[in-house]
Amino acid sequence: MSTQTLTKPMLKIEGLHAWYGESHVLHGINLELAEGQLITLLGRNGAGRSTTLRSIMGMVDRREGSILINREEFITKPAHRISPDARIGFCPEERGIFASLSVEENLMLPPTVGENAMSVEELFEMFPNLANVRKRMGTRLSGGEQQMLAIARILRTGARLLLLDEITEGLAPVIVKTLGRVIRDLKSRGYTIVLVEQNFRFAAPLADRHYVIEHGEVIDVIEAAEVEASMDRLNHYLSV
Amino acid sequence: MDPMIRLILAQGMLGLNNGVFYAMLSLGLAVIFGLLNVVNFAHGALYMLGAFLALILYSNLGPWLGIDALHIGFWPALVLAPLMVAAFGMLIERFLLRRLYKLDPIYSLLLTFGITLVLQGVFINFFNASGTPYPGMPDSLKGVVNLGFMMFPKYRLFVIVFSIIVCFGTWFIIERTHIGARLRAGTENPELVKAFGINVPLMVMLTFGFGTGLAGLAGVLAAPIYSVSPLMGANLIIVIFAVVVIGGMGSILGAVVTGFSLGLIEGITKVFYAPASNTVIFLLMVIVLLVRPQGLFGKHG
Repeated sequence: MSTQTLTKPMLKIEGLHAWYGESHVLHGINLELAEGQLITLLGRNGAGRSTTLRSIMGMVDRREGSILINREEFITKPAHRISPDARIGFCPEERGIFASLSVEENLMLPPTVGENAMSVEELFEMFPNLANVRKRMGTRLSGGEQQMLAIARILRTGARLLLLDEITEGLAPVIVKTLGRVIRDLKSRGYTIVLVEQNFRFAAPLADRHYVIEHGEVIDVIEAAEVEASMDRLNHYLSV
Repeated sequence: MDPMIRLILAQGMLGLNNGVFYAMLSLGLAVIFGLLNVVNFAHGALYMLGAFLALILYSNLGPWLGIDALHIGFWPALVLAPLMVAAFGMLIERFLLRRLYKLDPIYSLLLTFGITLVLQGVFINFFNASGTPYPGMPDSLKGVVNLGFMMFPKYRLFVIVFSIIVCFGTWFIIERTHIGARLRAGTENPELVKAFGINVPLMVMLTFGFGTGLAGLAGVLAAPIYSVSPLMGANLIIVIFAVVVIGGMGSILGAVVTGFSLGLIEGITKVFYAPASNTVIFLLMVIVLLVRPQGLFGKHG
């Protein structure tokens, strides 16, 4: 298990606890990643991977510990200041496409959080399917279109740290392949990415490091170079 | 012109004049219900407050300050009174309603009902319960206009045109602009909208202020037509809730179109069977509830 400390982490989480109401969901998560890196959070359903992302975004009832983003503490920030101050883009598990808004309105909804954001034209180039449905209402999109819109929406804001929750869930293989290309492209453009992923075959070639989460704790950390040697362990963690 | 058609048109115009107030008040209710999921029972009282503020600005403020010549007239009141009602609404939201969002909606309904009783009580205590005429109608709107089929008061024509602009302006802002998109998104998933960096509690407070401001605006417009009385809102709010039920809870367009239409229907009913004009709206409400419980413009079945 690798415990090397990054010299300049962009995101550093220490001893993160989180609660929904009375229920204590995260029990001291530790993780970090440097600018331009991609990590995955692996584990079974209900292990606390989505809750880790939601805790970073302030979408839990209570959170404790430390969340440093570019050396600034975010644990006490009000939810609506987190995305602009940390330049985070969040793509929730259920995709969060607004049914009463058109594709364009969904795309323009989140406020800009930084400079050098991707333009709408660039995004329609990256996701040509979306260009054809720009006036359509959010409800009348396929799952793949919704997922592309959810990703495009946060790229438009100029976010540099992307939190992506189960983006391949329930999508056709051809769309999963497209998303893989998109993520690789984003990484080469210097985006820093946290990927919660059920589909290890999708995540493995993209990631610099894998965090395995169980019962609200990180139980193992596997560097990309160690994946081959750790397949037995990984299979054990991810088997249902 | 055939006298029957002339009569129908004339009663239609008068009905439309009531419809204006139905539309503006149910619009404010729809905006508030849509975003906050609060049934604002105090809406009628805030309408009354708007009318009283116009009256106070004209008649009472001068004597209170010892400047007898001070009469703040209709046009300034048309801006000031709605802003004051909106500010009062925002205080209610910030300090009272906000504490109740996690509870069953019945609690916020009871709270706003209580606010209604308090406001009515205060004004009954300090003002004439049976009503005071508003003396501040501007000279430019006095007199009548010849519509061809009837002589119609200039002021009432102004109210109809002005309200149509306000109602469709509001509809446009909510359904067609970027700010409106944020409001609609906030209605669907406030948590995610917050995570995108939008200050949802502030947005909710401003929206409540806007909705109550519309009630205040309707109150100012009503002041020169009806007498300003502490119970003017209580009489109207029952009809307004019927309008909202017929139009569909939370539907912006539904509130506006239904408000104007029901005013018209009420007016035209007077031509054929006058005694039914007060009940025709409730009759329609019963029919709509039986046939299409989500309302004519409601989305959810």
